[in-house]
Amino acid sequence: MSPETIIQLSVVILLLPLLGFTLLIFFNKRLPRQGDWLETGILFLALALSLVVFAVKMVSYRHETFQATFTWVNFGNVPGFGPMKLELGIMVDNLVAIMLVVVNVVSALVHLFSIGYMHGDVRYGRYFAYLGIFTFSMLGIVITNNFWMMYVFWELVGLSSYLLIGHWFEKKSASDAAKKAFVVNRVGDIGMFTGIMILFATFHTFTFSTIFESMQSGNIPLGSEAWLTAAGILIFCGAIGKSAQFPLHVWLPDAMEGPTPVSALIHAATMVAAGVYLIARAFPMMTADALMFIAYIGAITAFISATIAIAQNDIKKVLAYSTVSQLGYMVMGLGVGAYTAGFFHLVTHAMFKAGLFLGSGSVIHAMHHALHHAGDHHTDPQDIRNMGGLRSKMPITFWTFLIYTLAISGIPFTSGFLSKDEILAGTLAFGSLTGHKIIPIIGFFVAGLTAFYMFRLVIVVFFGEHNDHHRIEAVRESPKTMTIPLMVFAALSFFAFYSPNPFGAASGWFFDAIHRPESVVPLAVAAVGIETFEEALHHSHSLAMILSLTVAGLGILIAFTTYYWKKISADAVADKLKPLHTFFLNKWYFDEFYEWMFVGGTKGLARAYAWFDNRIIDGIVNGVGSWTKAITLGTRQNWEEGSIASIFYLGITGVISLYVGWIAGAAMMPFGASLGTMVGYGMLGLAVAGLTFFLFYVGVGGFDNSIVDGLVNATAYLAGFLGLLTRRVQTGKVQTYLAFVILGVMVFFLWFR
Amino acid sequence: MQDFIHWLQAPGLNHFLIISGILFSLGVFAILTRRNAIMVLMGIELVLNAANINFIAFSRYITNTLDGQVIAIFVIILAAAEAAIALAIVLNIFQNFNTVNVDELNQLRD
Amino acid sequence: MVLYNLAFYFFSLITLASASVVVFSKNIVHSAFALLFTFFGVAGLYVLMMADFLAITQILIYIGGIMVLILFGVMLTNRTIDVQIRTGSIQTFPAMLIVAALAGTLVGIFWSTDWKISPTAIGFEKTAPEIGKMLLTNYLLPFEIASIVLLVALIGAAMIARREKKA
Repeated sequence: MSPETIIQLSVVILLLPLLGFTLLIFFNKRLPRQGDWLETGILFLALALSLVVFAVKMVSYRHETFQATFTWVNFGNVPGFGPMKLELGIMVDNLVAIMLVVVNVVSALVHLFSIGYMHGDVRYGRYFAYLGIFTFSMLGIVITNNFWMMYVFWELVGLSSYLLIGHWFEKKSASDAAKKAFVVNRVGDIGMFTGIMILFATFHTFTFSTIFESMQSGNIPLGSEAWLTAAGILIFCGAIGKSAQFPLHVWLPDAMEGPTPVSALIHAATMVAAGVYLIARAFPMMTADALMFIAYIGAITAFISATIAIAQNDIKKVLAYSTVSQLGYMVMGLGVGAYTAGFFHLVTHAMFKAGLFLGSGSVIHAMHHALHHAGDHHTDPQDIRNMGGLRSKMPITFWTFLIYTLAISGIPFTSGFLSKDEILAGTLAFGSLTGHKIIPIIGFFVAGLTAFYMFRLVIVVFFGEHNDHHRIEAVRESPKTMTIPLMVFAALSFFAFYSPNPFGAASGWFFDAIHRPESVVPLAVAAVGIETFEEALHHSHSLAMILSLTVAGLGILIAFTTYYWKKISADAVADKLKPLHTFFLNKWYFDEFYEWMFVGGTKGLARAYAWFDNRIIDGIVNGVGSWTKAITLGTRQNWEEGSIASIFYLGITGVISLYVGWIAGAAMMPFGASLGTMVGYGMLGLAVAGLTFFLFYVGVGGFDNSIVDGLVNATAYLAGFLGLLTRRVQTGKVQTYLAFVILGVMVFFLWFR
Repeated sequence: MQDFIHWLQAPGLNHFLIISGILFSLGVFAILTRRNAIMVLMGIELVLNAANINFIAFSRYITNTLDGQVIAIFVIILAAAEAAIALAIVLNIFQNFNTVNVDELNQLRD
Repeated sequence: MVLYNLAFYFFSLITLASASVVVFSKNIVHSAFALLFTFFGVAGLYVLMMADFLAITQILIYIGGIMVLILFGVMLTNRTIDVQIRTGSIQTFPAMLIVAALAGTLVGIFWSTDWKISPTAIGFEKTAPEIGKMLLTNYLLPFEIASIVLLVALIGAAMIARREKKA
């Protein structure tokens, strides 16, 4: 297969879901079964094609990159900017080939799962259409070769995620969550846009490879390394938003309001992975400082969300925070320089997290039906405290869920072990090279927490006693369309797909295909070089494996002691650490803080402005008005009455005017003003005083009545006259207007002759 | 005078343009003065024909390419479409208002 | 050359005279028939400008198609029994002034402009094949759009002119 065919196939893969969307959004009501088979079939076709692309790329062109570009708009030489043109292009390298498969696998299986899960939904067809456009936009992000198209598809992902999260928009919490996801993402996107524009202003192109080549030859934004770091961090802001990193992670847990398969699609493999993918794409231009920032953000995110996940009781909330935590892992992995490991974790995590979400969907689906069957509409079908003992009732869901949990906890023979181990080794190497020991410490601690809360979930949901026998009796295993995706994902969570050696990913095809790209930033600000890093990585590998196994085992052990054997009472511990538990349960009060800080702050600012407007501005205006009115009225009346006081007042005014004129003249003296100037100012003061006397003499009211009103009336009269004149022209007959047009044309003729 | 006769004896670009100018003015006159909608339509046809003469004359004498003629064909096409639609509208108006006098038509519905 | 001059003045005369009849005649049927001669005269002028294909088109479409349409319109909208076929004019005097000014401007401009007549302007050998080629190459898009416009006009005219069924 030639490179051209690969490019063409990729374009077909990109456009297939869009085709599905277009067909379904218009015709879903007319198609049999509202077109779910169509969209699902299209996705499986895309999956098959992407597998072909992947296989060919891996076997025949493993070390080549294909690009196809064409100039879309050419603005020529823009004044004040230079040559400006927009190029569209797609690129297929190993990263893209792998991402195509990952996105399509998850999307296709989610489609299949949705057929069962969404059965009987009010907007069933539209739901599938939205899944289609979501997949399209995600594939678009993956496949482009420039920042500009990536940004466009980035926003498209934002839009389609908004549509999907708000699918059940009748529920206020769902529409709120959709809006929150959209708005919070925009905050990050502003940063990304600014970063892209910094690059564009310097390099006059959006294409990755051109930018990197130019950068390698020593050309950096505004000639300053600080700007390069800034551009890197700003572009990373986009990833903070989309990949739900601290401090913009708040949207992801709320987004669980969407249908569960949507959660699997958005939060496992696609939207949140876009951020990680962006970092991977922009990796060569990241300076050491930017990477350090990325690593710390990732570590903080991983830590915060892992602690929150411990205290949650909603099955999807636990998974949501675990997703945020794992994303923190990936970002941290990329940040410390373990590029391949970070990206590898993205792939493996996509598989088992999609499985976890779909598994939870299966559980919720079953619970929902059982509750519905029992006529119970008050119990929350997502609360794990209402579950328990589902193991025997839903064997397929249980076993697959267990496999995913083992994978996410990093137990050997799973894919999660391979990727997590590599990341942890990377953090250890980073710690020893740079002295930032806190990063590996957080990494291992979070690994333990992950194992703990995931096993807590499994034990509470599937093991133990049924706390309501009657309800559990009604629980049934989900239909085939739902269990088959679960089994496929479970299979994909084993090590064998990624590496022949269960204890080391380095010998697998993945580490052969994906290499950390050479940095293109100036040497002075570049991160630790690849060779040095590999060396350190090599030394820390066995230590990382032992440590990660220990902490994971410890976490699982504690989970079993607490929730299975009940040796430790979870409630007692929670009681003892009451403030901490409340703190975790309330998600570190991030939402409340944002509410207070930004929503409240905006409202407060608005109130302050309103007060200022009402009191100060209006006060001045009204004050001036009433003051003038009072003085004119008062003095005029007084004058007419011949009051001594008013004469005195006028006298004072005159004296003040004279004095001000004198002072003004005197003040001019140092600047070379002559005596004449001074006298001139004095005369001016005298004139003002005289005018004041005159005004009071003729009466301000007289001036107002005759001069001011006269002017106003004259204007009105003139306007009326002109109106009368022009109205005659407006006959309302089309021929008259045509005559005017002809006259106008003649004027042009004679003018330009 | 002699010049003028010479000019008359050698018809060229100017002659065609002047014919077209007069034809154009006649068409405009019809549009401006006639009250019958169909007469207005005939005026428009005259204007279009005048424009076509110009196109062809310039194409013949100045650019020496056939582009002008192709454009003239498009003008004819549009004139045909316009005549069909306009007459349909006139017929419809006649059915509804019982008149085709453009001055009396001042509403879009009855 | 003399023949050419004669032909030119002949066709010009036909064109302008019949156009005047179109414009000034009080009887709309006369106007319509005079328009037929105007089109014919213009077609003659086309031939003199070596646009033979266009001349044929003019005769076919204008005289064969548009004229018939206009005559239909005249006949259908003037009931010969009770309404006279004469049509009135309005604002004749101001319109006369404007049109005279317009004609003066146009003729003056055409007369006085120093046209850059191409010295190689000897005319064309064959126009029909060349026009055909251009329509299918350089002017393909307008050509296709024109076909759609005609289709739309066809359907639209039928829709508009159709007699509404009284509900």
